[in-house]
Amino acid sequence: MKIENTSKFRKQNFWSGVLFGLGMVAFIDETAFHQLLHWHHFYDKSTTSIGLISDGLFHAFSWFSTIWSLFLLADLRRKKAFWLKRWIGGLFLGAGLFQLYDGTVQHKFMKLHQIRYHVDILPYDLTWNITALIMVIFGLVIVLRTRKSEGMIKNES
Amino acid sequence: MNHSHIVHSQDGYSPWILLTGLFLMLLIYCYAAIFGGSSHKKWPKYRYVTWFLGLTCIAIALVGPIAHSSHINFVSHMYAHLLLGMFAPLFIALSFPLTLLLRTIKVQHARFISRLLKSEIVGFLSNPIIASLLNFGGLWTLYTTNLYSLMHQHTLLHLFVHIHIFLAGYLFTISIIYFDPTPHRHHFPFRSICMILFLAGHDILSKYIFIHPPNFVPAEQSQVGGKVMYYGGDLVDLIIIFILCLQWYKTANQRVLLIKGQSN
Repeated sequence: MKIENTSKFRKQNFWSGVLFGLGMVAFIDETAFHQLLHWHHFYDKSTTSIGLISDGLFHAFSWFSTIWSLFLLADLRRKKAFWLKRWIGGLFLGAGLFQLYDGTVQHKFMKLHQIRYHVDILPYDLTWNITALIMVIFGLVIVLRTRKSEGMIKNES
Repeated sequence: MNHSHIVHSQDGYSPWILLTGLFLMLLIYCYAAIFGGSSHKKWPKYRYVTWFLGLTCIAIALVGPIAHSSHINFVSHMYAHLLLGMFAPLFIALSFPLTLLLRTIKVQHARFISRLLKSEIVGFLSNPIIASLLNFGGLWTLYTTNLYSLMHQHTLLHLFVHIHIFLAGYLFTISIIYFDPTPHRHHFPFRSICMILFLAGHDILSKYIFIHPPNFVPAEQSQVGGKVMYYGGDLVDLIIIFILCLQWYKTANQRVLLIKGQSN
């Protein structure tokens, strides 16, 4: 019963982190780059229709996952099964993967919009995607190191 | 002033009839809540407020300055649409109208209504997929065909489109989050997926409007209108998603208690 439960909660900690990471990146993207800096554009004339669909789906999903991940977190805390380290690992993995997808597939292949306009875009693209890769690697390392439940049992006691 | 009267008489409904109707609904609701169910629990105060807000959203969308300029300005139309199709349904769902009706009317009438709610047709319509399609399909048709310009020429069509916007919005809201008695229930993951797909469709349509103005709408208006739809839809759907997850959170704990109870 105990082992079954911890493996279930290990998954829940992971997914809550991943979903929150994804939502957080989408939120920063919207607030900082769209609204405050005005670097990103609401619509770019070169956007492909598949880009429009992908953007809509990811926007809706990120909106949902931010809220859903926090309710998962509240549920974990209520059941005294919150494991910060694994959650953080999930967060970086989710954040990095989404930023990488946004920076490569959405910005480049689907030409949704560019990071910034009227500048040499290469340094921006490199910074964007390398940051994403670092987050993915960092998150992956933590997630792999928290694969076993011992840490959580120690954490609980 | 005269001009506004002409426009409204073209709509086929006088603002005063509508306002009186809405005011009557407010009075009936309060009367039923205070005196109707004397043998029941006291009706929560916030529900009077949400009912009032819901009716106010309908009123602002259909009469007054925003409603008036929505005939000529697409941005105003979008604000009116947001109030009528998203805010009003949410506020009205939050005020438990069906629960109030069922506890106010005679038992045999209430039985008839609950039998109606259990019927297959209500089950079909309140399925989240069907409700999303009715809601989204209506919007898609309105903004991508010439229905938008036709609507402003024909009184009955205008009325029909507005009733549809409200009803489809209400049906969608109560198919995702449950307040009133809901015999046909669906699992949380299924409702979540429908919610995400609807929101995605809403976002895609907003950007589509941004690029392709509906008939006779100037590009500047369609761009602002598209953004109003995008961010306004986000706001209302954020509230709906929050309630959806909150309802999951409450039942998730009940499930644990149930398991514990069984093992003891």
